[in-house]
Amino acid sequence: MARSINQNAYSGALPNFRNLGIALRIVVIVNVMALAAAIVQAKDLRLLWSVLLESSAIVQPLLILSLFALVALNDLLKRLPYYLGVLAVLAIELVLTTLLYTFGQPLLDADPAPLTRYWVLVALATGTLLLYFDLRGRALSPAFTEARLQALQARIRPHFLFNSINAVLSLIRQNPKRAEGALEDMADLFRVLMADNRSLSSLAREVNLCRQYLELEQLRLGDRLQVEWHIDNMPADALVPPLVLQPLLENAVYHGIEPRVEPGVVSINVYSARGQVHAVLRNPYRQEGDHHAGNKMALANIRERLQLHFDAEATLDTRIGDDTYQVHIAMPYVKGSDS
Amino acid sequence: MDDEAPARSRMHDVLADCAQELSLEIAGDVASGRAALELLERVPCDVVLLDVRMPEMDGIELAHHLLKLDRPPAVIFATAYDVYALKAFEVNAVDYLLKPIRAARLKEALARVRTARPPRPETLRELQRVPRAHLSVQERGKIELIPIVDVVYLKAELKYLTVRTVKGEHLIEESLARLEEEYAERFVRVHRNCLVARAAIRGFERTAKDGETHWVVLLSGIEEKLPVSRRQQHVVREFSR
Repeated sequence: MARSINQNAYSGALPNFRNLGIALRIVVIVNVMALAAAIVQAKDLRLLWSVLLESSAIVQPLLILSLFALVALNDLLKRLPYYLGVLAVLAIELVLTTLLYTFGQPLLDADPAPLTRYWVLVALATGTLLLYFDLRGRALSPAFTEARLQALQARIRPHFLFNSINAVLSLIRQNPKRAEGALEDMADLFRVLMADNRSLSSLAREVNLCRQYLELEQLRLGDRLQVEWHIDNMPADALVPPLVLQPLLENAVYHGIEPRVEPGVVSINVYSARGQVHAVLRNPYRQEGDHHAGNKMALANIRERLQLHFDAEATLDTRIGDDTYQVHIAMPYVKGSDS
Repeated sequence: MDDEAPARSRMHDVLADCAQELSLEIAGDVASGRAALELLERVPCDVVLLDVRMPEMDGIELAHHLLKLDRPPAVIFATAYDVYALKAFEVNAVDYLLKPIRAARLKEALARVRTARPPRPETLRELQRVPRAHLSVQERGKIELIPIVDVVYLKAELKYLTVRTVKGEHLIEESLARLEEEYAERFVRVHRNCLVARAAIRGFERTAKDGETHWVVLLSGIEEKLPVSRRQQHVVREFSR
């Protein structure tokens, strides 16, 4: 798994072939290409099926072999500069085609087309796929979404910032010790908020950040904010996108606790199961809530970042229960060497 | 008044700083709109400092209800960060303070208050972004808050408006048209003079009166049936769907 997605000035990168989403995309796109080719070849649409079957005899084995080869060589390819990586992938494909052509004769027609024809076709298909992944990488690159992300951050945070400063000011005269602690928490929090948050960070660090954030909120809200942590089975070394939980907690406090007079519980449940890290956040919810636009923006932001890091392997679901609102994030358990 | 304790304690500190130059007396601090009304009924004040964003009843709604007091106080709003509120305050020339509050700014605002009057209801209506959570009425020298969720129907009668809840009736001085606008989602007009809470409608019934048949609304919680005017008969169809 790519540890970082440093693509500020996007210079192209091969996709992560070990990612299930990438593999699925390759399979689907190659098969669509084969279908398109079959439609062009078949003189009559009734013959389509037989033409498709014929081409599948070479397309499918080649596809499977390629996927295995790319998964196996993924780390090696990653280390190459982009243009060398592209050439290497092309070379792998051409070698596989040649091998299949030489040793797989029984699969082909009695009278096969010359090898060069296969080479051209395979090179075209590989080139198209790589171009697609390059464009997709660009579209999802942080440089592209950064402006949106920033606009989004400016939406909720000022409210929290000014309220916290106000709370700290109130402590300075009566309880200077606590004021000190609160300012330290704030410094840590804003250091992370302002950092370059494009590489993955450890779950332990993220949870710690959430704790500091909630402590600040508790300063202001007192008993109204009650927090339940269920993190005994948390995989502390798992790598997660930074600030994946804290904005959700900010939402939980803003929409779930602040509009209520009576105390409310925000619960955080983090655990791992079957190679996945799950985070479930719950907060009280009242039907006639206002400002929902802000909430949706934050969710869309997190969903986008999850997709950028983990593609189809991460999910984010929200559910509205009787009087609770729940966000459930599932992402692959990527172990970090450092933590 | 502020729902957050540290914000109230900070306000005390800053007010104490101001007290050296202005003669002022602090009547008290409260955490909710209800408590504020109770306090002001007992201890009339010249000025209240109100936080805008609060649970149950926001500062602007509270300012509305405060107008029902015998001696309504002047109001200074305080807010940490609320783009909409700030814009509205500017437009309507309402005095406000930004949190964290500076002693100097507070002093200025308090000095101005000596000549200021309570906010006008039209101004507050401009500021109100979400429908009020309560209607208020002065009964026997006290301000009674009627949660809007409890209201079954509103009926205009001559000068007053009857507010009917399951528990009883209140008379308020407001315009039916304005309430219809404010609570467009909650109430539906069944008659020229009557708005009914959508949630309270149990069904419709056809009855004959003076040889003419017309529809009436059946309500949950109370026996009374309300006539549906000929012009509003489309409501019956909308609900039966």
